[in-house]
Amino acid sequence: MNRRHWLAGALVAAALASSPVQAQTTLRMTWYSDGNEGEVMRDLLNRFEAGNPGIKVVLDTVPFKAINENLPVQLAAGQGPDMARIVDFGGLAKFALDLRPHLANAPYWEQNFGPFLEWMREPGNTTAIPGYMTQLTVTGPLVNKTLFEQAGVAIPGPKATWDEWAKAAKAVADKVKAPYPVAFDRSGHRFFGLAVSQGAKMIGADGLPTPADEGFRRAAQLIVDWHKAGVMSKELWGSVSGTAYRGANEEFKNAQVPFYLSGSWQIAQFDKTVGNAFDWIAAPTPCGPANCSGMPGGAGVIGIKATKHPAEVAKVMDFLASEPILSEFYARTLFVPGHIGIAKKGVAYQGASAQAAAALKVFGDAVGALDPAAYRIQGNAYSRIVFNAAISRIGQAVAGEITIDDAIKRIDTDVAQQVAERNKK
Amino acid sequence: MSETGSPPRAFPRDSLASRLIQAVAGLADRPMAWIQRAVGGRGMAYVFLAPNILFFGLFVFLPIGINMAMSLTGGTNLFLSERPFIGGDHYRSLMQCGSYLDPASCREDHFWKGVSNTLKFTIVQMVAMVGTALVTALVLNRKIRGRGFFRAVYFFPVLLSPVVVALIWKWILQRDGLLNGAITLAGGEKILFFVEPGWAMFWAVFVSVWAHMGFYTLILLAGLQAIPADLYEAAEMDGTKPMRVLTRITLPLLWPNLVVVLVLVLIKAVQTFDEVFVLTGGGPGTATLMVVQYIYETAFANQVQNFGLAAAASMMLGTLLFALTMLQLWIARRKAA
Repeated sequence: MNRRHWLAGALVAAALASSPVQAQTTLRMTWYSDGNEGEVMRDLLNRFEAGNPGIKVVLDTVPFKAINENLPVQLAAGQGPDMARIVDFGGLAKFALDLRPHLANAPYWEQNFGPFLEWMREPGNTTAIPGYMTQLTVTGPLVNKTLFEQAGVAIPGPKATWDEWAKAAKAVADKVKAPYPVAFDRSGHRFFGLAVSQGAKMIGADGLPTPADEGFRRAAQLIVDWHKAGVMSKELWGSVSGTAYRGANEEFKNAQVPFYLSGSWQIAQFDKTVGNAFDWIAAPTPCGPANCSGMPGGAGVIGIKATKHPAEVAKVMDFLASEPILSEFYARTLFVPGHIGIAKKGVAYQGASAQAAAALKVFGDAVGALDPAAYRIQGNAYSRIVFNAAISRIGQAVAGEITIDDAIKRIDTDVAQQVAERNKK
Repeated sequence: MSETGSPPRAFPRDSLASRLIQAVAGLADRPMAWIQRAVGGRGMAYVFLAPNILFFGLFVFLPIGINMAMSLTGGTNLFLSERPFIGGDHYRSLMQCGSYLDPASCREDHFWKGVSNTLKFTIVQMVAMVGTALVTALVLNRKIRGRGFFRAVYFFPVLLSPVVVALIWKWILQRDGLLNGAITLAGGEKILFFVEPGWAMFWAVFVSVWAHMGFYTLILLAGLQAIPADLYEAAEMDGTKPMRVLTRITLPLLWPNLVVVLVLVLIKAVQTFDEVFVLTGGGPGTATLMVVQYIYETAFANQVQNFGLAAAASMMLGTLLFALTMLQLWIARRKAA
């Protein structure tokens, strides 16, 4: 190799070193998907990267379980991604980055995500802007219309009670030999979809969980009684232990469930997987003695405090939370919008079938019927402690290991113990 | 042995390979001689042990130390420096029981339910595992047709990941699974195996034995093949009955291997988590909740990740395992003596 070759090599190396590729900031976003939202997000990020060649965003898709179990440990160890899609806002609030100083237009965020920002903030903090909502969810029933028609049972009306739905679903299941008349996801959040309508409050004026109230007890009793009466099958609530989540998606898709209490996030999935196999509808939340409210919820993307690139994270978030981009995201994923401006204008859902569009309308209307107690429970930093204790102990009562009274006592003890543990400094 | 009585050499003395090996080994001569001068002949044993001690110290003893320290602290922070010292509070709450025989009377009822389930699982699984592994090894040690094939078949599940094993069996055992398909085809009613506590525990043990038996069979088979054949020939010439051969020759000579198998099965059974967790999720209710699942859920699955309580429970489990292993080794040594 002569001197000229060496010189040429050195020039190429210098050019590479000063190229934009070398100067690029790589950000990581931890993500989970229920439906097609991962693909949509990747597409939007590609668009962002094309307009911002200095920033690359890697989307790390993980199972939902990892978001709740592994991510908190990573964050507690000072590791983890720069952004993450999460559902446990209260639990992870202490790890969230306040984007406010880096945002181009903070008032836009307050105006459009205001009520949800309160869910994401640490108790006592009234100003932080940790992230935005990728979806607002609301619990509610999904009904297999074809099974009701085959059984010749009328679908209960908009103000029907839980009892009326339970009776109707049992009648359908008996007629068409469906093994799961009523199915609830084994989730504390879904349990509260029933409990709020029974009058459960669960959060005191001081923001701490209260002992189980009458509404909570009524809901727990209903779940246990339905299992005893064969309205619900033990396979979901009784067959696993602890806080394990069990959904009835597969059973619903296989036309084994006339009435499935889940929520709005299932629409895109069922629209795709059920197809023309049978007709399904979303129904308004059944009424209890207190109200006809389900539970709100949702998922959002937050910036992570430990990031080394807060300005770049804010730039990505500004792009993703902007009205046109977020509107497109909701439209393509068939999600209920968690952006007040977009919700008011309405979303032109893309590629949704007639039944998916109708279901989105039902869930959209259900948001307006949500009880304030439901918002308080969802936004409380201790909510998942109560949710987890509820499914663990009610699951034991369903399996016949303990009585409802024992289950309620244990829930109160578990919650008190965990709240105390969290507050040990 | 070679004709001269000395062991055969891998390479001729003056071959290139032999010289290369000598040259490489020679590289270590000087530093080793220097170390030996520095630490003395007796100290050399520790020099050779050092890499292993370092490895074990870093990956076994240090984590045990951290775990112990963690068990004496509270709160939800991960780093020890950020956690308040609370002494033996976690141990006290684990031990707070009306009666140790009734998990429901304990403050940490799931821990004691886990202990009780793990004990049941361990006892039943140990008997089933050692029994089937021994019978299989005895059969495979005979000159039967297709012996190699059967040895491979019994060993195959050992190669599978525990999660895969559990998922395969979950598909077989679920409401619309293979087994229920066969039952309904034969005119029977579907059985919900994961809803009945007795069935769930039975399948947890069965799947565990199915998955791991091949490994223990292999250990016992190696032991059986090491028993001198002339002992059996002598017994045959004496007209000894097969059962007497088994109890007076095979089992006593197989005892060291059996002890190894017993210790390994015991430790593995007490540590059981992944297979049962995927197969039954610890249910129905808490019927198959094992103590390791309790530790995992306390540390990671709850919103309040109670690392201190989980660490205390794992220290208690570790102590129990250590005591059981010591007891078993003591019994084995007494028997051997």
